[in-house]
Amino acid sequence: MIKSLDPRVTRAEIEIENPIAPLNELDQWETYEVFHQKKRGDQHMHVGIVHAPNAEMAFLFGKEQYGRRGFSVNIWVVKTRDVFASEYDDSDIFDTVPEKQYREAGGYKVMEKINKYKKGV
Amino acid sequence: MYGNAYIDPNDKAAAMLAGEDPQKLDAFEKRIAAGEKIEPKDWMPREYRKQLIRMIEQHAHSEIIGALPEGTWITRAPGFRRKLALMAKVQDEVGHAQLLYSAAETLGKSREAMINDLITGKSKYSNVFNYPAFTWADACIIAWLIDAGAIINQVANAKGSYGPYCRALDRICTEESFHLKYGHDNVVTLATGTQKQREMVQGALTRWWPPIMHFFGPSDKISNHTEILMRWKVKMASNDDMRQQFLNMYVPKIWDLGLVLPDPNLKKNDAGIWEYTEPDWEEFKKVINGGGPCNAERLAVRRNAEERGRWVREALNTSESKYIVPLA
Ligand SMILES: [Fe+2]
Ligand SMILES: [Fe+2]
Repeated sequence: MIKSLDPRVTRAEIEIENPIAPLNELDQWETYEVFHQKKRGDQHMHVGIVHAPNAEMAFLFGKEQYGRRGFSVNIWVVKTRDVFASEYDDSDIFDTVPEKQYREAGGYKVMEKINKYKKGV
Repeated sequence: MYGNAYIDPNDKAAAMLAGEDPQKLDAFEKRIAAGEKIEPKDWMPREYRKQLIRMIEQHAHSEIIGALPEGTWITRAPGFRRKLALMAKVQDEVGHAQLLYSAAETLGKSREAMINDLITGKSKYSNVFNYPAFTWADACIIAWLIDAGAIINQVANAKGSYGPYCRALDRICTEESFHLKYGHDNVVTLATGTQKQREMVQGALTRWWPPIMHFFGPSDKISNHTEILMRWKVKMASNDDMRQQFLNMYVPKIWDLGLVLPDPNLKKNDAGIWEYTEPDWEEFKKVINGGGPCNAERLAVRRNAEERGRWVREALNTSESKYIVPLA
Protein backbone atom coordinates (compact mmCIF):
# COMPACT_ATOMS: atom_id res chain seq x y z
CA MET A 1 0.00 0.00 0.00
CA ILE A 2 1.41 3.38 -0.98
CA LYS A 3 2.22 5.76 1.88
CA SER A 4 2.32 8.99 -0.07
CA LEU A 5 3.08 12.62 0.71
CA ASP A 6 -0.31 13.15 -0.92
CA PRO A 7 -2.99 12.29 1.65
CA ARG A 8 -5.45 11.64 -1.18
CA VAL A 9 -3.19 8.93 -2.58
CA THR A 10 -2.70 7.33 0.84
CA ARG A 11 -6.47 7.32 1.42
CA ALA A 12 -7.05 5.61 -1.94
CA GLU A 13 -5.15 2.52 -0.65
CA ILE A 14 -3.23 1.79 -3.81
CA GLU A 15 -0.93 -1.21 -4.20
CA ILE A 16 2.41 -0.23 -5.66
CA GLU A 17 2.37 -3.38 -7.79
CA ASN A 18 -1.01 -3.15 -9.46
CA PRO A 19 -0.77 -4.42 -13.01
CA ILE A 20 -3.99 -3.87 -14.95
CA ALA A 21 -5.36 -5.19 -18.20
CA PRO A 22 -4.61 -2.88 -21.10
CA LEU A 23 -7.33 -0.46 -22.17
CA ASN A 24 -9.36 -1.88 -25.02
CA GLU A 25 -10.17 -0.18 -28.26
CA LEU A 26 -12.87 2.48 -27.71
CA ASP A 27 -12.21 2.53 -23.95
CA GLN A 28 -11.79 6.27 -24.44
CA TRP A 29 -14.84 6.44 -26.74
CA GLU A 30 -14.98 8.08 -30.14
CA THR A 31 -14.22 11.73 -30.85
CA TYR A 32 -16.34 14.81 -31.41
CA GLU A 33 -15.17 17.96 -33.14
CA VAL A 34 -15.87 21.05 -31.05
CA PHE A 35 -16.82 24.45 -32.48
CA HIS A 36 -17.33 27.57 -30.46
CA GLN A 37 -18.59 31.09 -31.00
CA LYS A 38 -16.50 33.74 -29.25
CA LYS A 39 -19.24 36.32 -29.12
CA ARG A 40 -22.70 36.81 -30.58
CA GLY A 41 -22.43 37.79 -34.21
CA ASP A 42 -19.19 35.85 -34.82
CA GLN A 43 -18.91 32.69 -36.89
CA HIS A 44 -18.50 29.45 -35.01
CA MET A 45 -14.90 28.24 -35.16
CA HIS A 46 -13.34 24.81 -34.81
CA VAL A 47 -11.35 24.65 -31.56
CA GLY A 48 -10.43 20.97 -31.18
CA ILE A 49 -11.79 17.59 -30.22
CA VAL A 50 -13.03 15.72 -27.18
CA HIS A 51 -13.53 12.02 -26.54
CA ALA A 52 -17.05 11.24 -25.41
CA PRO A 53 -19.63 8.44 -25.35
CA ASN A 54 -22.49 10.67 -26.54
CA ALA A 55 -23.30 14.22 -27.62
CA GLU A 56 -24.36 15.43 -24.17
CA MET A 57 -21.07 14.34 -22.61
CA ALA A 58 -19.16 15.75 -25.58
CA PHE A 59 -20.86 19.05 -24.90
CA LEU A 60 -19.91 18.93 -21.20
CA PHE A 61 -16.28 18.04 -21.95
CA GLY A 62 -16.17 20.62 -24.75
CA LYS A 63 -17.43 23.34 -22.44
CA GLU A 64 -14.92 22.34 -19.76
CA GLN A 65 -11.96 21.97 -22.14
CA TYR A 66 -12.51 24.93 -24.45
CA GLY A 67 -14.99 27.21 -22.71
CA ARG A 68 -13.85 27.48 -19.11
CA ARG A 69 -12.21 30.88 -19.41
CA GLY A 70 -15.12 32.91 -20.69
CA PHE A 71 -14.06 33.02 -24.33
CA SER A 72 -17.22 31.35 -25.65
CA VAL A 73 -20.91 32.16 -25.80
CA ASN A 74 -22.00 29.07 -27.72
CA ILE A 75 -20.66 25.59 -28.47
CA TRP A 76 -21.41 22.96 -31.10
CA VAL A 77 -20.20 19.37 -31.01
CA VAL A 78 -20.25 17.09 -34.04
CA LYS A 79 -19.18 13.46 -34.28
CA THR A 80 -15.88 13.31 -36.14
CA ARG A 81 -17.23 10.55 -38.33
CA ASP A 82 -20.12 12.75 -39.45
CA VAL A 83 -17.81 15.38 -40.91
CA PHE A 84 -17.26 15.05 -44.64
CA ALA A 85 -13.94 16.73 -45.34
CA SER A 86 -11.91 17.43 -48.46
CA GLU A 87 -8.45 15.95 -48.81
CA TYR A 88 -5.37 18.16 -48.86
CA ASP A 89 -4.18 15.99 -51.73
CA ASP A 90 -7.12 17.26 -53.75
CA SER A 91 -6.52 20.93 -53.04
CA ASP A 92 -6.15 21.48 -56.79
CA ILE A 93 -9.95 21.57 -56.88
CA PHE A 94 -9.52 25.20 -55.83
CA ASP A 95 -6.94 25.96 -58.52
CA THR A 96 -9.19 27.54 -61.15
CA VAL A 97 -10.63 30.08 -58.74
CA PRO A 98 -8.23 32.94 -59.62
CA GLU A 99 -9.25 32.68 -63.30
CA LYS A 100 -12.88 33.30 -62.50
CA GLN A 101 -12.64 37.06 -62.49
CA TYR A 102 -16.32 37.36 -63.44
CA ARG A 103 -17.07 36.42 -59.82
CA GLU A 104 -15.11 39.35 -58.44
CA ALA A 105 -16.01 43.02 -58.09
CA GLY A 106 -12.55 43.78 -59.50
CA GLY A 107 -13.45 41.92 -62.66
CA TYR A 108 -15.67 44.81 -63.81
CA LYS A 109 -14.02 48.01 -65.09
CA VAL A 110 -16.94 50.36 -65.82
CA MET A 111 -15.04 53.62 -65.32
CA GLU A 112 -12.99 52.99 -68.45
CA LYS A 113 -16.16 52.67 -70.48
CA ILE A 114 -17.80 55.70 -68.85
CA ASN A 115 -14.77 57.90 -69.42
CA LYS A 116 -14.53 56.79 -73.04
CA TYR A 117 -18.22 57.51 -73.52
CA LYS A 118 -17.96 60.98 -71.90
CA LYS A 119 -15.05 61.91 -74.17
CA GLY A 120 -17.04 60.78 -77.20
CA VAL A 121 -20.17 62.81 -76.42
CA MET B 1 13.23 5.44 -54.81
CA TYR B 2 16.07 4.54 -52.47
CA GLY B 3 14.38 1.18 -51.89
CA ASN B 4 17.16 -1.24 -52.70
CA ALA B 5 20.15 0.82 -51.70
CA TYR B 6 22.41 -0.58 -49.01
CA ILE B 7 21.91 1.33 -45.81
CA ASP B 8 24.70 1.54 -43.33
CA PRO B 9 22.99 0.62 -40.04
CA ASN B 10 25.15 3.21 -38.27
CA ASP B 11 24.07 6.01 -40.55
CA LYS B 12 20.90 7.13 -38.80
CA ALA B 13 20.27 9.95 -41.24
CA ALA B 14 20.29 7.63 -44.25
CA ALA B 15 18.18 5.07 -42.40
CA MET B 16 15.54 7.66 -41.55
CA LEU B 17 15.08 8.59 -45.21
CA ALA B 18 15.37 5.09 -46.63
CA GLY B 19 12.55 4.05 -48.90
CA GLU B 20 10.90 7.48 -49.02
CA ASP B 21 9.67 8.72 -52.38
CA PRO B 22 12.19 11.45 -53.31
CA GLN B 23 9.60 13.56 -55.11
CA LYS B 24 7.16 13.55 -52.24
CA LEU B 25 9.96 14.15 -49.79
CA ASP B 26 11.08 17.14 -51.79
CA ALA B 27 7.59 18.67 -51.91
CA PHE B 28 7.21 18.03 -48.18
CA GLU B 29 10.50 19.74 -47.35
CA LYS B 30 9.74 22.69 -49.64
CA ARG B 31 6.42 23.19 -47.89
CA ILE B 32 8.12 23.30 -44.51
CA ALA B 33 10.91 25.57 -45.74
CA ALA B 34 8.22 27.97 -47.02
CA GLY B 35 6.79 28.13 -43.48
CA GLU B 36 3.63 26.17 -44.31
CA LYS B 37 2.22 23.69 -41.81
CA ILE B 38 1.79 19.96 -42.33
CA GLU B 39 -1.73 18.66 -41.66
CA PRO B 40 -2.76 15.16 -40.50
CA LYS B 41 -3.64 13.62 -43.85
CA ASP B 42 -0.69 15.09 -45.76
CA TRP B 43 2.02 12.77 -46.96
CA MET B 44 4.88 12.73 -44.47
CA PRO B 45 8.09 10.72 -44.04
CA ARG B 46 7.73 7.75 -41.69
CA GLU B 47 10.40 9.12 -39.41
CA TYR B 48 8.65 12.49 -39.17
CA ARG B 49 5.48 10.75 -38.04
CA LYS B 50 7.36 8.51 -35.62
CA GLN B 51 9.36 11.29 -33.98
CA LEU B 52 6.31 13.54 -33.64
CA ILE B 53 4.20 10.80 -32.06
CA ARG B 54 7.00 10.07 -29.60
CA MET B 55 7.47 13.73 -28.77
CA ILE B 56 3.83 14.80 -28.47
CA GLU B 57 2.90 11.67 -26.58
CA GLN B 58 5.68 12.19 -24.02
CA HIS B 59 4.61 15.79 -23.70
CA ALA B 60 1.03 14.66 -22.99
CA HIS B 61 2.20 12.13 -20.39
CA SER B 62 4.28 14.85 -18.70
CA GLU B 63 1.22 17.05 -18.31
CA ILE B 64 -0.88 14.32 -16.77
CA ILE B 65 1.85 13.00 -14.47
CA GLY B 66 2.89 16.57 -13.64
CA ALA B 67 -0.53 17.07 -12.11
CA LEU B 68 0.39 14.54 -9.38
CA PRO B 69 3.21 16.29 -7.48
CA GLU B 70 1.27 19.56 -7.61
CA GLY B 71 -2.00 17.89 -6.71
CA THR B 72 -0.28 16.71 -3.51
CA TRP B 73 -0.80 20.19 -2.08
CA ILE B 74 -4.35 21.00 -3.17
CA THR B 75 -5.90 19.96 0.12
CA ARG B 76 -3.29 21.79 2.17
CA ALA B 77 -2.60 24.93 0.14
CA PRO B 78 -2.57 27.88 2.56
CA GLY B 79 -5.91 29.64 2.22
CA PHE B 80 -9.02 29.16 0.14
CA ARG B 81 -7.90 31.36 -2.75
CA ARG B 82 -4.67 29.38 -3.20
CA LYS B 83 -6.60 26.09 -3.08
CA LEU B 84 -8.85 27.36 -5.85
CA ALA B 85 -5.93 28.66 -7.89
CA LEU B 86 -3.95 25.43 -7.54
CA MET B 87 -6.99 23.38 -8.51
CA ALA B 88 -7.46 25.55 -11.59
CA LYS B 89 -3.80 25.11 -12.51
CA VAL B 90 -3.92 21.35 -12.07
CA GLN B 91 -7.08 21.23 -14.16
CA ASP B 92 -5.27 23.19 -16.88
CA GLU B 93 -2.42 20.67 -16.85
CA VAL B 94 -4.80 17.74 -17.26
CA GLY B 95 -6.47 19.71 -20.06
CA HIS B 96 -3.07 20.15 -21.70
CA ALA B 97 -2.68 16.39 -21.68
CA GLN B 98 -6.02 16.02 -23.46
CA LEU B 99 -5.05 18.58 -26.10
CA LEU B 100 -1.73 16.89 -26.70
CA TYR B 101 -3.13 13.36 -26.81
CA SER B 102 -5.54 14.64 -29.46
CA ALA B 103 -2.71 16.13 -31.52
CA ALA B 104 -0.74 12.86 -31.32
CA GLU B 105 -3.86 10.90 -32.24
CA THR B 106 -4.12 12.68 -35.58
CA LEU B 107 -0.85 10.94 -36.46
CA GLY B 108 -2.46 7.53 -36.05
CA LYS B 109 -1.74 6.33 -32.50
CA SER B 110 -4.91 5.88 -30.47
CA ARG B 111 -5.32 7.40 -27.03
CA GLU B 112 -5.78 3.93 -25.55
CA ALA B 113 -2.43 2.85 -27.00
CA MET B 114 -0.72 5.93 -25.55
CA ILE B 115 -2.21 5.39 -22.10
CA ASN B 116 -1.25 1.72 -22.21
CA ASP B 117 2.33 2.68 -23.01
CA LEU B 118 2.36 5.16 -20.15
CA ILE B 119 1.04 2.84 -17.46
CA THR B 120 3.30 -0.05 -18.43
CA GLY B 121 6.31 2.27 -18.28
CA LYS B 122 7.06 1.91 -21.99
CA SER B 123 6.70 5.64 -22.71
CA LYS B 124 8.62 8.30 -20.85
CA TYR B 125 7.51 11.58 -19.37
CA SER B 126 9.40 14.55 -18.00
CA ASN B 127 11.90 13.39 -15.43
CA VAL B 128 11.20 16.22 -12.97
CA PHE B 129 7.87 14.69 -12.00
CA ASN B 130 9.58 11.69 -10.49
CA TYR B 131 10.61 13.87 -7.56
CA PRO B 132 8.37 14.56 -4.58
CA ALA B 133 6.93 17.93 -3.51
CA PHE B 134 7.92 17.77 0.16
CA THR B 135 6.45 21.08 1.26
CA TRP B 136 4.06 23.75 0.02
CA ALA B 137 7.14 25.67 -1.09
CA ASP B 138 8.06 22.80 -3.43
CA ALA B 139 4.69 23.19 -5.14
CA CYS B 140 5.41 26.92 -5.50
CA ILE B 141 8.85 26.32 -7.03
CA ILE B 142 7.32 23.81 -9.46
CA ALA B 143 4.59 26.23 -10.51
CA TRP B 144 7.09 28.99 -11.12
CA LEU B 145 10.27 27.40 -12.42
CA ILE B 146 9.19 24.10 -13.93
CA ASP B 147 6.40 25.89 -15.73
CA ALA B 148 8.90 28.54 -16.83
CA GLY B 149 11.03 25.80 -18.37
CA ALA B 150 8.00 24.22 -19.98
CA ILE B 151 7.00 27.56 -21.48
CA ILE B 152 10.41 28.02 -23.13
CA ASN B 153 10.10 24.57 -24.65
CA GLN B 154 6.46 25.06 -25.69
CA VAL B 155 6.94 28.50 -27.23
CA ALA B 156 9.78 27.08 -29.34
CA ASN B 157 7.76 24.04 -30.42
CA ALA B 158 4.70 26.15 -31.25
CA LYS B 159 6.68 27.39 -34.25
CA GLY B 160 7.19 23.84 -35.49
CA SER B 161 5.79 22.35 -38.68
CA TYR B 162 2.96 20.08 -37.54
CA GLY B 163 -0.34 21.99 -37.54
CA PRO B 164 -2.26 20.14 -34.80
CA TYR B 165 0.71 20.29 -32.38
CA CYS B 166 1.21 24.02 -33.00
CA ARG B 167 -2.48 24.74 -32.45
CA ALA B 168 -2.51 22.78 -29.19
CA LEU B 169 0.61 24.59 -28.02
CA ASP B 170 -0.81 28.02 -28.78
CA ARG B 171 -3.76 27.23 -26.57
CA ILE B 172 -1.50 25.78 -23.88
CA CYS B 173 0.87 28.77 -23.87
CA THR B 174 -2.03 31.15 -23.21
CA GLU B 175 -2.90 29.18 -20.06
CA GLU B 176 0.73 28.88 -18.99
CA SER B 177 0.98 32.62 -18.52
CA PHE B 178 -1.41 32.25 -15.57
CA HIS B 179 0.68 29.39 -14.15
CA LEU B 180 3.85 31.42 -14.31
CA LYS B 181 2.30 34.46 -12.62
CA TYR B 182 0.65 32.30 -9.99
CA GLY B 183 3.91 30.46 -9.25
CA HIS B 184 5.97 33.63 -9.12
CA ASP B 185 3.45 35.28 -6.80
CA ASN B 186 3.65 32.32 -4.42
CA VAL B 187 7.45 32.25 -4.40
CA VAL B 188 7.65 36.02 -3.88
CA THR B 189 5.19 35.76 -0.99
CA LEU B 190 7.38 33.18 0.74
CA ALA B 191 10.67 34.90 -0.10
CA THR B 192 9.49 38.25 1.24
CA GLY B 193 7.80 36.70 4.26
CA THR B 194 8.97 35.52 7.66
CA GLN B 195 12.33 33.89 8.35
CA LYS B 196 10.60 30.52 8.40
CA GLN B 197 8.93 31.11 5.03
CA ARG B 198 12.25 32.16 3.50
CA GLU B 199 13.89 29.00 4.82
CA MET B 200 11.10 26.92 3.33
CA VAL B 201 11.40 28.40 -0.13
CA GLN B 202 15.20 28.27 -0.04
CA GLY B 203 15.01 24.60 0.90
CA ALA B 204 12.64 23.85 -1.96
CA LEU B 205 14.80 25.75 -4.45
CA THR B 206 17.90 23.85 -3.35
CA ARG B 207 16.07 20.54 -3.75
CA TRP B 208 14.65 21.40 -7.15
CA TRP B 209 17.71 22.98 -8.76
CA PRO B 210 19.29 19.70 -9.97
CA PRO B 211 16.03 18.45 -11.59
CA ILE B 212 15.54 21.91 -13.12
CA MET B 213 19.02 21.75 -14.66
CA HIS B 214 18.10 18.30 -16.01
CA PHE B 215 14.83 19.58 -17.41
CA PHE B 216 15.97 20.36 -20.97
CA GLY B 217 17.98 17.16 -21.25
CA PRO B 218 21.67 16.53 -21.91
CA SER B 219 23.56 18.47 -24.61
CA ASP B 220 22.44 17.32 -28.03
CA LYS B 221 24.99 15.54 -30.11
CA ILE B 222 24.80 17.39 -33.38
CA SER B 223 24.31 14.57 -35.85
CA ASN B 224 22.80 14.41 -39.33
CA HIS B 225 19.80 12.91 -37.61
CA THR B 226 19.13 15.99 -35.46
CA GLU B 227 19.92 18.21 -38.43
CA ILE B 228 17.12 16.59 -40.40
CA LEU B 229 14.73 16.91 -37.47
CA MET B 230 15.58 20.59 -37.30
CA ARG B 231 15.09 21.00 -41.05
CA TRP B 232 11.68 19.34 -40.65
CA LYS B 233 10.91 21.69 -37.77
CA VAL B 234 10.29 18.83 -35.38
CA LYS B 235 13.12 19.92 -33.12
CA MET B 236 13.12 23.69 -32.81
CA ALA B 237 16.01 24.48 -30.49
CA SER B 238 18.92 22.60 -28.97
CA ASN B 239 18.67 21.52 -25.34
CA ASP B 240 21.60 23.74 -24.41
CA ASP B 241 20.05 26.77 -26.12
CA MET B 242 16.85 26.32 -24.18
CA ARG B 243 18.78 25.87 -20.92
CA GLN B 244 20.71 29.09 -21.61
CA GLN B 245 17.49 30.92 -22.32
CA PHE B 246 16.02 29.68 -19.05
CA LEU B 247 19.06 30.67 -16.99
CA ASN B 248 19.16 34.06 -18.63
CA MET B 249 15.54 34.78 -17.87
CA TYR B 250 15.19 33.32 -14.39
CA VAL B 251 18.50 33.29 -12.50
CA PRO B 252 18.43 37.12 -12.16
CA LYS B 253 14.83 36.93 -10.90
CA ILE B 254 15.84 34.27 -8.33
CA TRP B 255 18.85 36.30 -7.17
CA ASP B 256 16.63 39.40 -6.95
CA LEU B 257 14.81 37.69 -4.10
CA GLY B 258 18.07 37.06 -2.26
CA LEU B 259 17.76 33.32 -2.78
CA VAL B 260 20.85 31.18 -3.27
CA LEU B 261 21.32 28.63 -6.04
CA PRO B 262 23.28 25.54 -5.02
CA ASP B 263 25.95 25.86 -7.72
CA PRO B 264 29.08 27.88 -6.88
CA ASN B 265 30.08 27.89 -10.57
CA LEU B 266 26.90 29.47 -11.85
CA LYS B 267 27.67 32.79 -13.49
CA LYS B 268 27.24 34.66 -16.73
CA ASN B 269 30.59 35.05 -18.48
CA ASP B 270 31.82 38.03 -20.49
CA ALA B 271 30.48 36.50 -23.69
CA GLY B 272 26.98 36.46 -22.16
CA ILE B 273 26.94 32.67 -21.79
CA TRP B 274 25.91 31.08 -18.52
CA GLU B 275 28.51 28.78 -17.00
CA TYR B 276 27.46 26.09 -14.56
CA THR B 277 28.55 22.83 -13.01
CA GLU B 278 27.66 20.04 -15.42
CA PRO B 279 24.47 18.39 -14.10
CA ASP B 280 24.74 14.79 -12.94
CA TRP B 281 23.57 12.96 -16.05
CA GLU B 282 24.04 9.55 -14.43
CA GLU B 283 21.40 10.49 -11.87
CA PHE B 284 19.20 11.73 -14.74
CA LYS B 285 19.54 8.40 -16.55
CA LYS B 286 18.88 6.42 -13.40
CA VAL B 287 15.67 8.35 -12.66
CA ILE B 288 14.33 8.34 -16.21
CA ASN B 289 14.77 4.57 -16.29
CA GLY B 290 12.59 4.07 -13.26
CA GLY B 291 15.02 4.60 -10.38
CA GLY B 292 13.72 7.92 -9.08
CA PRO B 293 12.03 8.49 -5.74
CA CYS B 294 8.47 8.61 -7.16
CA ASN B 295 8.43 6.70 -10.46
CA ALA B 296 6.67 3.67 -9.05
CA GLU B 297 4.09 5.71 -7.15
CA ARG B 298 3.27 7.91 -10.14
CA LEU B 299 2.54 4.96 -12.42
CA ALA B 300 0.66 3.03 -9.73
CA VAL B 301 -1.60 6.05 -9.19
CA ARG B 302 -2.26 6.36 -12.93
CA ARG B 303 -3.03 2.64 -13.23
CA ASN B 304 -5.33 2.87 -10.26
CA ALA B 305 -7.21 5.78 -11.80
CA GLU B 306 -7.60 3.97 -15.12
CA GLU B 307 -8.76 0.79 -13.43
CA ARG B 308 -11.26 2.35 -11.03
CA GLY B 309 -12.75 4.47 -13.79
CA ARG B 310 -13.03 1.62 -16.23
CA TRP B 311 -16.51 0.43 -15.28
CA VAL B 312 -17.89 3.95 -15.75
CA ARG B 313 -16.34 4.29 -19.18
CA GLU B 314 -17.61 0.85 -20.15
CA ALA B 315 -21.12 1.54 -18.86
CA LEU B 316 -21.31 4.68 -20.98
CA ASN B 317 -20.01 3.05 -24.12
CA THR B 318 -22.58 2.27 -26.74
CA SER B 319 -22.22 -0.52 -29.23
CA GLU B 320 -22.70 1.85 -32.11
CA SER B 321 -19.57 3.90 -31.26
CA LYS B 322 -16.95 3.78 -33.95
CA TYR B 323 -13.49 5.23 -33.77
CA ILE B 324 -12.04 7.25 -36.58
CA VAL B 325 -8.95 9.41 -36.43
CA PRO B 326 -9.82 13.01 -35.49
CA LEU B 327 -9.58 15.60 -38.24
CA ALA B 328 -7.34 18.31 -36.90
FE1 LIG C 1 1.01 22.44 -18.98
FE1 LIG D 1 1.63 24.78 -16.58
